[in-house]
Amino acid sequence: MSKIHVSTTVNGDSVEFLADPRETLLDCLRDHLGLTGTKEGCGTGDCGACSVTLDGTLVCSCLVLGIEAEGREIGTVEGMAEGHELHPLQRKFIEHAALQCGFCTPGFLVAAKALLDKNPDPTETEVRYWLAGNLCRCTGYDKIVRAVMDAAAEMRQEAV
Amino acid sequence: MAKDEFNQYRLVGTRPDRPDGLDKVTGRARYGADISAPGMLWGAVVRSPHAHARIVKIDTSKAEALTGVKAVVTRADFPTGLTGDEWDLQENTMAGEKALYDGHAVAAVAATSKLRAEEAARLIEVEYEVLPHVVHVDEAIKPDAVVIREGAALPSVPEGMPPNVVRYFENGRGDLEAGFAAADLVMEKTYKTEATHQGYIEPHACLGQLGADGKGEMWVCTQGHWYIRKMCADVLGLEKSQLRVTPSEIGGGFGGKTTIFMEPLSLALSRKAGGRPVKIVMSRSEVLRATGPTASASMDVKIGMTKDGMLTAGHVEFRMQGGAFWGAPVDMALDCAFAPYKMPAVMHIGYDVLANRPKAAAYRAPGSPMAAFAVESLIDEMCRELGLDPLEMRLKNAVREGDKSSYGPKFKKIGLVETLEAAKAHPNLSAPLGPKQGRGVAAGFWFNHGGETSVTVALSEDGTVTVSAGTPDIGGSRASIALMTAETFGIPYENVRVNIVETGALGVNEPTHGSRATFATGKAAVEASNAAIKEMCRRAAVEWGIDPEAVEWVDGAVRPAGPNAGKFPPMSIAEIAGNMGDTGGPISGHHEGNLSGYGASFGCHVVDVEVDPETGRTTVLRYLVVQDAGRAIHPAYVEGQYQGGAAQGIGWALNEGYVYGDDGRLQNSVFLDYRVPVASDLPMIDTVIVEVPNPGHPFGVRGVGETGIAPPLPAIANAIHSATGTRLRDLPMNPPSVLAAMKAQRNG
Repeated sequence: MSKIHVSTTVNGDSVEFLADPRETLLDCLRDHLGLTGTKEGCGTGDCGACSVTLDGTLVCSCLVLGIEAEGREIGTVEGMAEGHELHPLQRKFIEHAALQCGFCTPGFLVAAKALLDKNPDPTETEVRYWLAGNLCRCTGYDKIVRAVMDAAAEMRQEAV
Repeated sequence: MAKDEFNQYRLVGTRPDRPDGLDKVTGRARYGADISAPGMLWGAVVRSPHAHARIVKIDTSKAEALTGVKAVVTRADFPTGLTGDEWDLQENTMAGEKALYDGHAVAAVAATSKLRAEEAARLIEVEYEVLPHVVHVDEAIKPDAVVIREGAALPSVPEGMPPNVVRYFENGRGDLEAGFAAADLVMEKTYKTEATHQGYIEPHACLGQLGADGKGEMWVCTQGHWYIRKMCADVLGLEKSQLRVTPSEIGGGFGGKTTIFMEPLSLALSRKAGGRPVKIVMSRSEVLRATGPTASASMDVKIGMTKDGMLTAGHVEFRMQGGAFWGAPVDMALDCAFAPYKMPAVMHIGYDVLANRPKAAAYRAPGSPMAAFAVESLIDEMCRELGLDPLEMRLKNAVREGDKSSYGPKFKKIGLVETLEAAKAHPNLSAPLGPKQGRGVAAGFWFNHGGETSVTVALSEDGTVTVSAGTPDIGGSRASIALMTAETFGIPYENVRVNIVETGALGVNEPTHGSRATFATGKAAVEASNAAIKEMCRRAAVEWGIDPEAVEWVDGAVRPAGPNAGKFPPMSIAEIAGNMGDTGGPISGHHEGNLSGYGASFGCHVVDVEVDPETGRTTVLRYLVVQDAGRAIHPAYVEGQYQGGAAQGIGWALNEGYVYGDDGRLQNSVFLDYRVPVASDLPMIDTVIVEVPNPGHPFGVRGVGETGIAPPLPAIANAIHSATGTRLRDLPMNPPSVLAAMKAQRNG
C-alpha cells in the first residue's frame, strides 16, 4: 500500500512523516518520529498506555490512524516538561512513588494533565473515574491518585 | 554496627526520589519495544487457532514469495534431540508435531516492516488435524481423559496414575487420625481457582541478532537476562557465552518474564536472514493466549479444630493444571497451605496435571494464593461455626521462631505474631459496618529467596560509586540498592549509581524473582562495598605506615582506629579514589555466591466489602495490608509492593479468570474482556510495615514482593460471607456468581 505524506504538529514542533494508511498514530509516533515515550499495552484502547492529546482532546493513539494527524496538534509525554522544568504531575509522581515499573506512567501523566486542564480541583472519586481508562498493574493506584491530587493542590496554589 | 536497634541508619528507611524516576516520567526510559537497530527486520508469529491439533503440513511458499520477507522459520529450523526441560522450552517456543494449546506458535516470519511481516504471517498455510482437547483440571485428571503427551510423567508419579498426571507429591507428618479425633469440629470442603494472568502492561518485546558464526546479541524486557541467555542457547544449540543479553527497562513481570517465549524466534529468524536484527513485539492477545498465566486449581481441604480454636490436623489434596507441560506450582502451594500455623499433624497431596492451555509461568508467590484461598477460607468457615474471632484464632495458632513449619524446616526469626497484633490494633478493625457490608480477615505466607547473585561495586575517580547489578529493577530496587550501598560507604545516596548490566559484565545472576532483588543483590552489594572499604583501609595503612587493622572506616573516610594507631588526619573516599592510580590502581569490590539467609515473610489482610443484593457486585470499601518486611529500605516502595499485591489479589478474587469456550479457545484475550482492576474499582489501600529484622541480611531485609497477593482471595471471600451469609468457594466471585450463590442460599 503506498504511503501518505502527513504534516502535523507534535509538542509544538512541525513534523512530517510518511504513513501507511493502516498505521496507527501510535505506530507513527513511535516508529516514524522516534517518540517512544508513548507506549503500547493493548492496541485495543483498553489500557491507556498510549494516551496522547489530539487538538487538546485525550485519545488513545492506538485507536487513531496516523494519517488522521494531518494538520492537527498532538501532545505526548515528551512535551510535558519545559526544558528542565518538570510538570508538577511529573514531579509528584516521583515524590509519591506513584510508579513502579513506569510503563503505564506516560499514559497516566498525559491523562491526568488532561483532567487538571479541565478540572483543577477534582475529588478523589473524579480522579479515579477519569483515570479508569488507564491500567496500572503495579501500584494498586493508591499512590497515583495521591500524586494527582497533590499536583492539583500545588497547581491551584500557584494559580492564586 | 553497634547502634540502637531502631532508627540507627542515616539512609536506610528514608524515601529519596528513585534514580530512574526522571527517565520514567519524561518518556525517556527505554523498554523492550523502544529500541531499533540499523537494518532491522520485524518478526511476526503464526499461532495455532486450535487447542489440540496435529500439524499435518506447513506451506510457507506464499509468504516467502512476498516482497520484503527475509526469513521464515518453523520447528524444522531448530536443533533436534533435546530432552527434559530443554525440550519443553523448545516445544513451547515452537510447536513440533502437535499444537498443544490455542495460541501455540507454529511458524514465524521476518520482513522489512511490521505490516509486511503480519501480511506474510497470514500467507503461511498450516494444515491441522484437530484432536479432542481438555482444558479444565478436574477433567484432565480423569483416567479416561484425552492424553496430551504420552510419556510426559516425571519419576515422582507412581504406576497407575491417570495419564495427564506429570508430577505427584505426598508429604506430611504427625498422627493425622489422632489429630482429627482430638478436634471438636472437622470440616472438609472443595475450593477452585481459575487461571489468571500476571497482566503486566508491557507486552513481551525483544530485538535479537544472530550471525552465522554463532555470535548473537539480544535486547529484551525480562526479569532475568541470564535465564534468557541460557534458555535461548539451549533451545537453539548455541554456546551460552556467545550470546550477549542486555535487559531493557521492564514494564512489569510478576514472575511472567522469567522464561522465554518468542525470544529464540527472533534469533532463529535473524540467523536465517543473514544476521539482520529482528524485533518481535507481542500483541496483548498473544500475551494472554501464549505466555504463562498461572495455574488453575481444584483443592480439597480438611481441617480439625478444637472449640477454643486450636488446630489439631490438616489435610489437603490439590489438583492443578499448568498447561501442556509440567510446572503448575502444586509443590509450593502445598508448602504454603498451613505455613502460618503450628500443626500437630498435617498431610499434603498434590497432582500436577497437563491440559491444553499455555505453559504456566511464575506469578507472584506461585501457588500461595490458591492454597491461601482454600485453607484460609475453611478456617474462616470453622471460626464462624465455633463463634471464634478470626484474628485471635490465628494468633493462638501462629508459628513463632523455632517452630517446625508445616512443610519441614524450623522457622528462624519471623514476624507473624507481630503482624497479627499490628492488624488487631489498626483502626480499620473498629470501623463500623453498615447493612450489606462485611469484614474478612486472612493471613498469607511466602518463603522469599536468595539465589545465585554476582555484584561488583567500583569507585570512580571522584569517590562516587558505581554498582553493577544483575537483577532487573521492576519496582524500585535500584533505589534500595543505592541506599544500602551509600549507607555502607557512609556517602550520600546521590553518589551511588546502580546499573543493571548485561550478561557479559558479571557472573550468572538469577532473575528478579522470589522477592530476592533487594535481599540478595542488596546483600551482595553490601559485601562488595565492604571489600572495597577494606582495600581503602589497606591503602591508607600503607600510606601511613601502620597496620591495616589499625585503620577504620567511619562516615565515608579512613582514620586511625585509636590513639595508639598514630595521628593522621582522616582521608575521605574522594581523596583515596582521586589518588588510586598512584596507590595501586582501580579500587572495586566484588561479591558472588548462592546467597542464603533469606527470611520468610507473613502478612495479614483485613478487607471491608459491600455486596449489592440486586447485582451481586462487590465493592471494596476499606483495605488493610499488614506485612513483615524485616527492614523497609525504601518504605514508599515497600508500601507500593503491598498495595500492588493486594490489587492483583483483589482482581483474582473478584473478576479475573481465563474463560475457555467448548472449542478450547481462550475467549477473553483482550483487556476489555480480561478485566483487571481499574482506579475506580479500588479504595486507598492502607498499609502497615512490620519490621522484625531478618538476621540473615546486613540490614534485616526479608523481601516484600510476593506475600501480599495471597491473603486477598480468602479475605474477600470471608468478607462476602460476612456481608451476605453466603460462602463462595469458586473464583472469581464476579457479580453473576455472587448473585447465583445468594439466590441458591435463599432458595436452599
